[in-house]
Amino acid sequence: MSTYSVEVVYRGIFQKHLGVKICRGIVLAAVKEGKRGIAFGRYGDSPERNGIPAKQFAIVADTEEELQISMAQYEPKETDVSIAVDDTLCKGVESWAWYGLQPINKLLKKDGTLLVTSMEEPDALLAMAHTKEAPYHIAVVKGTVSFSGLWVYKDDHTDVRVLGAVAKVAPHLVRIDSVEQAILEEWGDELKVKSARKSYDRTEKHLVAPGTGNPETPYTFEMPKWQEMREGLVIPAIPVREQVEGWEGGYRPGRNPTFKKFTTRTMRPVVDFEKCTKCTLCWLQCPDSCFDITPDGFYDANMQACCGCGVCEAVCPVENCITMVGETAFQDNASQWEAWQKDKDGYRTWVQQVITNRPARSHGFSHVTQYKRELAEMRKTETVGQVEIINEEPGAGPG
Amino acid sequence: MHVSALATQVGERVELISGCEAIAHACRLADIDVVTAYPIRPYDTVMQMVAKMISNGDLDAEYIVAESEHSQFEIVKHASAVGARVFVGSSGVGWFYAMEVLAVTAGLRIPMVAMVGNRALDDPGAFGCEHNDALAVRDLGWMLTWIEGAQEALDSALIAYRVAEDPRVFLPCALGMDGAFLTHSQHLVKLPTKEQVTAFLPPYDRGDKRLHPDNPITIAPQVNEDWLMEIRMQNSEAMKRARGVIVEANRDFKRIFGRGGDPWLEEYMTEDAEVVLIGQGTLALPVKVTVRKLREQGQKVGFVRLKWLRPFPTEEIIQSLSRFKAVGVVDRDYSFGSPHDGAVLYNEIRSALYGADTRPPILGFICGLGGREVTIPDVIEMMETTAKAAKTGRIDKPTTWVGVRG
Repeated sequence: MSTYSVEVVYRGIFQKHLGVKICRGIVLAAVKEGKRGIAFGRYGDSPERNGIPAKQFAIVADTEEELQISMAQYEPKETDVSIAVDDTLCKGVESWAWYGLQPINKLLKKDGTLLVTSMEEPDALLAMAHTKEAPYHIAVVKGTVSFSGLWVYKDDHTDVRVLGAVAKVAPHLVRIDSVEQAILEEWGDELKVKSARKSYDRTEKHLVAPGTGNPETPYTFEMPKWQEMREGLVIPAIPVREQVEGWEGGYRPGRNPTFKKFTTRTMRPVVDFEKCTKCTLCWLQCPDSCFDITPDGFYDANMQACCGCGVCEAVCPVENCITMVGETAFQDNASQWEAWQKDKDGYRTWVQQVITNRPARSHGFSHVTQYKRELAEMRKTETVGQVEIINEEPGAGPG
Repeated sequence: MHVSALATQVGERVELISGCEAIAHACRLADIDVVTAYPIRPYDTVMQMVAKMISNGDLDAEYIVAESEHSQFEIVKHASAVGARVFVGSSGVGWFYAMEVLAVTAGLRIPMVAMVGNRALDDPGAFGCEHNDALAVRDLGWMLTWIEGAQEALDSALIAYRVAEDPRVFLPCALGMDGAFLTHSQHLVKLPTKEQVTAFLPPYDRGDKRLHPDNPITIAPQVNEDWLMEIRMQNSEAMKRARGVIVEANRDFKRIFGRGGDPWLEEYMTEDAEVVLIGQGTLALPVKVTVRKLREQGQKVGFVRLKWLRPFPTEEIIQSLSRFKAVGVVDRDYSFGSPHDGAVLYNEIRSALYGADTRPPILGFICGLGGREVTIPDVIEMMETTAKAAKTGRIDKPTTWVGVRG
């Protein structure tokens, strides 16, 4: 006599199919146990854009009547399991669909489970997630984050491995045997069944004590009353320029204070200011106008505004001046230029370290040739640190 | 006698002009800035007359011939957003071709004044008058008024600018003008002076809603479900406020021009009436003739002409119609499959009176479709059917088609 909710938080377009398949899998498995369920996407997330945090949901209940409480809604009010299929989403979710930053664990019920696909350890993921008053659990599905594209799907078994893990952390929601049956029926692939079972066997959940994680209060946005809104669909324009305290010279463009976009980012540019020739190309080409011009004429990527697209790295003519580095390597959005100003030697060492040991990241792909190339790379485990897919047999690697 | 001898105020001229030409004179007097045109009858006499006025140097305005009605309405929407007083119009399916723009205009709170030369919707292709074209915007935030004669056309257009551009309102206004009977029929019309109009109609000031580099704003964003209800609520409140503004405008109009009666309803021989018909537009004319005829025979009949459908004068309708023993609603429109298979005005009137303390029997009549004349025998039939309901207190047939062969 219960209703259970699962959300899959994913990267728009890159992981849309992954999110859909996981939620369908949960419902189809639950049906095997005589339960009822629905799967749907967060309507406001559409049309998706590359990397924007988005959501898919699966709701499962014992009866059709119990399910109705979760119907005709955009998203459940709370979840039993929240799944982040990209670990950088642990930093928070700002979607097209709402205003302000939503912590990744916000909807989790007390004693619910946050399931993350990552190469990182739980402690590193919890350092990114915001604190929560109630205790919950975290579990990791180990593997590089699976990104694909709008028209292609990377069948690296992340979908079924997540399903196996869900059966482990929430057996009251779906059992592993029903997950296996559903996979066989939906995909007709014995190998995927094996991957799910292997993931089920390996997954462990760890208790997260109240107060663990990033103590920052995420920025919020108060929705105005109808009398407070300007009539005629009028919105005040963003000022052209923002004055920065203590700056003489320099230029920071005005930015939207209530839609920051940085949770779209999976990688960020690391700038080696000592190599910079001030050629202006990064500043000119950035599609989000994220570079501030510092008073001494450098270009500092503002981490409140950077979406991590990588165009700056691509256009920078100086080798290793701008390097895109996976977002899990960073704890905050502080200015790199300010850090460099304060301690140039320390900054030099930090840049070297962070660009040398950078975690493998992908920006997804959009055509089959790219997929095949990436698949070949995935199989060279020693070169990309991939642990799960070797010998043409996904899921059979050492665990 | 020269027609100008009919003028009552210094500087007023009297001319023999059609309803469409009267609207063009209102455009001239209101000193519109931008007008767009695309030909369709019966609206198009207006665009011809406005073009002539510009060519003769009587009016200084941008005249843009669009490639379709959709663009025609888009252009004035944008012009109004940057602060221009605009005029536009269409008819029948042309009005429908602009429907996307008509919907957003109200949402954007653009005080566009548009004339609808009422015309039957295709198919079958027809030129005659039916009200269903203008009625399509009835739920969208457009103010909607119906006009009886050419003088009222000029007067209503000036009142429409005054009300639409009032900062408490900022809503578009459509002028319902019956094709042929009003648009193409010439009447003697008093043309007021520029000074009179200037005293009545202040310049259009969009204030902080005006798109201009000095007022950096964004308008018309995409929103999710967490914003739209508040925006619709603002529209609803603006429409409610329009009622008071219409009353104010009519009061000032009467003071300055010496014309005009009740803003909402024209009551014709209703004082001791027991049976009345109610309707909109030019069908008032044959009804009034018939009312006089029946009065001569001693029948206590009358007529109520509704001037504004949006905003709907709910209280005034209740007060007026609950005095009578029976009411017949005369519709020059249809609403297929609606309650009692009736028409639009019929169902609106019934709805307004539902909560009234006294409710007369209300009957619906559908007539004059496709521009068919509403004849005196037609009106007598409607009046007699309504009188029967008054006598018996019973409605045998809620909706009757009048003047149809068969």
